[in-house]
Amino acid sequence: MEYFLELFLGGLTRGSIYALIALGYTMVYGIIQLINFAHGEIYMIGAFTALIFASVLSILGWPALAIFVVATAAAVLYSSAYGYTIEKIAYTPLRNAPRLSPLISAIGMSLFLQNYVLLAQTSDFLPFPQLIPDFEFMEPISHIFSSAELAIVLTTVIVMLLLTYYIKFTNMGKAMRATAQDKTMALLIGINVDRVISVTFIIGSSLAALGGVLIANHIGQVNFYIGFIAGIKAFTAAVLGGIGSIPGAVLGALILGWTESFATGYISSDYEDVFAFGLLVLILIFRPAGLLGRSETKKV
Amino acid sequence: MKKFLSAIVLSALMTLTASADTLKLGVAGPHSGDLASYGIPATRAAALYAKELNAKGGILGMQIEIVQSDDVCKPEIAVNTANKLVSEKVAFVLGHICSGATKAALGTYKDAGIAVMSPSATNPGLTKSGDYPNFFRTIAPDDAQAKLAVDFTTEKLGSKLIAVIHDKGDYGKGFAEFAKKFIEEGGKAKVALFEGVTPGAVDYTAVVQKIKRSKATAVIFGGYHPEASKIITAMKKKKVKAAFVSDDGVKDDTFIKVAGKYSEGGYATGPKDNSANPLNKKAIADHVAAYSEKPGAFYIEAYSAMIAITEAIKAAGSTDYAKVTAALKSNWVETPIGKIKFDERGDAIGAGFSVYQVQNGKYVEVK
Repeated sequence: MEYFLELFLGGLTRGSIYALIALGYTMVYGIIQLINFAHGEIYMIGAFTALIFASVLSILGWPALAIFVVATAAAVLYSSAYGYTIEKIAYTPLRNAPRLSPLISAIGMSLFLQNYVLLAQTSDFLPFPQLIPDFEFMEPISHIFSSAELAIVLTTVIVMLLLTYYIKFTNMGKAMRATAQDKTMALLIGINVDRVISVTFIIGSSLAALGGVLIANHIGQVNFYIGFIAGIKAFTAAVLGGIGSIPGAVLGALILGWTESFATGYISSDYEDVFAFGLLVLILIFRPAGLLGRSETKKV
Repeated sequence: MKKFLSAIVLSALMTLTASADTLKLGVAGPHSGDLASYGIPATRAAALYAKELNAKGGILGMQIEIVQSDDVCKPEIAVNTANKLVSEKVAFVLGHICSGATKAALGTYKDAGIAVMSPSATNPGLTKSGDYPNFFRTIAPDDAQAKLAVDFTTEKLGSKLIAVIHDKGDYGKGFAEFAKKFIEEGGKAKVALFEGVTPGAVDYTAVVQKIKRSKATAVIFGGYHPEASKIITAMKKKKVKAAFVSDDGVKDDTFIKVAGKYSEGGYATGPKDNSANPLNKKAIADHVAAYSEKPGAFYIEAYSAMIAITEAIKAAGSTDYAKVTAALKSNWVETPIGKIKFDERGDAIGAGFSVYQVQNGKYVEVK
């Protein structure tokens, strides 16, 4: 039973990580039907920014928790700026182009950012300091569930609640939903669609950066390439849950995390990806729009 | 216009005469991408040694020209890399670095009659299969390493139950499969687990919990340092007490740098410590002088390969494939990894492995 619990919590952590990144994918897709492949790179840039701030601040002798807060804030700000700029440079000029063009632009952006960090920083793996201290009250169960893992799960829950509130009850949230339903109509009733899209990118990038910091803190290393695999997994999670749907992204991410964790624990880690992607295929066969996705009706 | 044309002809003639006096050596490996830290040291070794020889007048009256080609450690790209070097008419290739990429490229070189010497590709099949008579290496193959790792784990550490984990790559899985085979043949211990993990995955908590549940007293890991540092960190955080024994891909200071305090006490096999060898000291001093930092992984093996290659060409008196490979197999040469020559299959005689342990942030040879 303890083993089951360990795997359950491991899957929960992993799923929460995917969820933080998947939210950005799904929000952007929901609004402009674009799969933002550069999203994984934003996650990586977030982790790098936090590392740079953490290194400088730890030389100044700040306490770990203060460093964590400041480094995270810096990562979120910096990544948001990246997200905003990417949208302006790579996607806005292509808004009325065929759907394939922004997709290719996104892949190009992703490669560009990876190589930019490779050249500007390093190709090596860098150690990431442990910024979230091991809390005393977690000590008896730290071999099952560590403080860093608790922080990841809590952050995901809080973020999801805030985001749901934001989208359901604020004016900007309403504008986002309107834009997602019909961009032209939203324009006609006076919604500043450009601004809505920018805000979406900023929120998505902030979440990715948050994820980047938490995960780098958990596994203790960063590299220019980490965004790629995390991005692919999060994208899978978003599709699994129904791309465009916010609760769907979280549900998809958790299911993916648990599938991987239990497949490793009870069968073999060799087949971790086989089960994860096998599940994706099955769900797409029976529910093509994903678990919580709305199937799109084509207007003729 | 006429002047212009004659200028072109003249410059073409000049390059022709220049190329007659150069000996091209190819250097292939990952020079960019996430495994670049394994490939760059070999390019530096080649450049430094070529510079030194050229200053002394080159070999057989020819200046050495290094032609680099990047394979990013990917088999599908390595074939193109090989074709590029073949079309450049290189006399010998130093490389490739990763076993998978090396294997993919070897056929191309074999057809072109070009010999290849790798400082790092340790897959046993490359020499033992007998498919590639043009292949040599200055590093001992994986099975030698796996044998040492298993003997060490069962005898010195006295482990009776061992979990064998790998990264599903040619190198890591090859090492792990040999380790499993030697554990089973040795009869001193049992294999508790045999599993592959996905490289680059977000975390390895699940597989670490599985190791804990199996009650294994040692983990033998086949793969590279990024995964190894994540696994050993997760093991320590989840309070798994099993010893961690790994391979040459982990015996890299990046492992210690990244895993930090969690790497303490971890074991890895790696080439014998030759730091007392004067040639070795010189090779490292040259690197420090040129790049103002200590050399990375496989630098010494690459430097030794450069010496072996150039000495063989000197002994053969030409770059003829048959003569050079015969010279490699018959003449002993002094290199930073010791006095070596090559056996019939292309493995270096005189190069070997030791076990190292991380102690106070440094790899220390375990006697």
